[in-house]
Amino acid sequence: MAVYAYLVAGYLILVGCYGIIRSRHLVHAVVCLSVAQAGTYVLLMAVGYQAGGASAPVFGSTTEPNKHVVDPVVQAMALTDIVVSATVTALLLALAIQINKRQGTVDPDELAALKG
Amino acid sequence: MTRLARLIIFLLAGGVVAVAFVLATLDLPHFGSDHHPYRDLSVPAAVQHHTANVVSAVNFDQRAIDTFGEESILIASVVGAVALLRPSREETERRVPDLGRALESTRLIGYVLLPITLVLGIDVVAHGGTTPGGGFQGGVVLATGLHLLYVVGSYPALGRLRPLVPFEIADSAGAAGFAVIGLIGLGSTGAFLGNFLPFGQLGQILSTGTVQVLSGVVGVEVVGGMVVLLSSFFEQEIAVRPEDG
Amino acid sequence: MTALVAVTLTVVALAGTAVVLADAPERQAVTLAVFGVTLVVLFVVLQAPDVALSELGIGTAIVPLMVMLTIRTVWKDKQQRERREQAPSDEDT
Repeated sequence: MAVYAYLVAGYLILVGCYGIIRSRHLVHAVVCLSVAQAGTYVLLMAVGYQAGGASAPVFGSTTEPNKHVVDPVVQAMALTDIVVSATVTALLLALAIQINKRQGTVDPDELAALKG
Repeated sequence: MTRLARLIIFLLAGGVVAVAFVLATLDLPHFGSDHHPYRDLSVPAAVQHHTANVVSAVNFDQRAIDTFGEESILIASVVGAVALLRPSREETERRVPDLGRALESTRLIGYVLLPITLVLGIDVVAHGGTTPGGGFQGGVVLATGLHLLYVVGSYPALGRLRPLVPFEIADSAGAAGFAVIGLIGLGSTGAFLGNFLPFGQLGQILSTGTVQVLSGVVGVEVVGGMVVLLSSFFEQEIAVRPEDG
Repeated sequence: MTALVAVTLTVVALAGTAVVLADAPERQAVTLAVFGVTLVVLFVVLQAPDVALSELGIGTAIVPLMVMLTIRTVWKDKQQRERREQAPSDEDT
């Protein structure tokens, strides 16, 4: 059970990839990519967690600066990544809209290969 | 490649990846262990720079160069998506009629919540160095709050509150501001994005040096980027039509 | 690992499976928002309020909104194309 969190993260990544290859709609594929990205966030947070009553890495009037906190470095990585990946998702969705206009379909199986 | 062939290849490759992943996780420090060398180094460094929110300190002080890269990705993706969604020569933008109204209760809640959400967003950005928050989160809250006006009002109302040019300028100004502050840090402390402003008492807003300033600059950039992005999607869905005849 | 963390992880895994198995993209937009909320709960339980704030704004509001707008744009384009194909006589004049 000590590795359950890592296994859930790996499962999310693989299930996202499964969704991408079985997808029949480009927007469905982009959403499955979001699920795979969420798997990486879960992995990062699981690596940084400390059991035994460790608190969040924010100090204030009630928490004096101490070292019994969870890892802040992985949280910093995950937090910027979430916002930036939203814009990359937007880029992919914009591509899907343009592909629909030019090719008339968003089914990945029907999209013709690169024609001259 | 047929769907069946793709599925078989995925099952084979995915199986190998899954086995390798499980073997790798068995070697990791177990979930919730005490072994966090990065934390042992970064928490004292953040306290030394009088920053109460250690995550913000890592983002804008200790590893600010990574955040510089991330916000560059942000503005590049926004520019790319806006360029892709611009109406082409065969399309026109029609004037959207002012249709339909939401329920009265919805509009009331929306009009009450709109200023509250905007103030909350500014608060999250401003307190980024001392409480959970920062430029990224606060910028997202602000951008979402602005679009409450679309839920309760109509699309032309949103267009009046949200003229696009100031937000485009905000997006670029935020990205440029980050680089400018970094260069000033290079000039004064000898390291790009070095912390050159005076420190105060731990827990006060202005105590963290450049962390606060960089957080604010990133907040401005995220608001501009998200609003511009969402407006391109709205334009495509509502206003853009192919030219007939 | 406490029971709370284990239950939250299981809920996240189930929500992720539901997002992938929802075939129609319209249904996926709402399921994606629910998946975002379960992720927020997981991040709060793992003592990460900053990451939870980030995921709350993005995963429940901005990304599902963009997905729904894209789905509607694609659907409208398809409808217009079908309408134009069914009335070819108008194009010849």
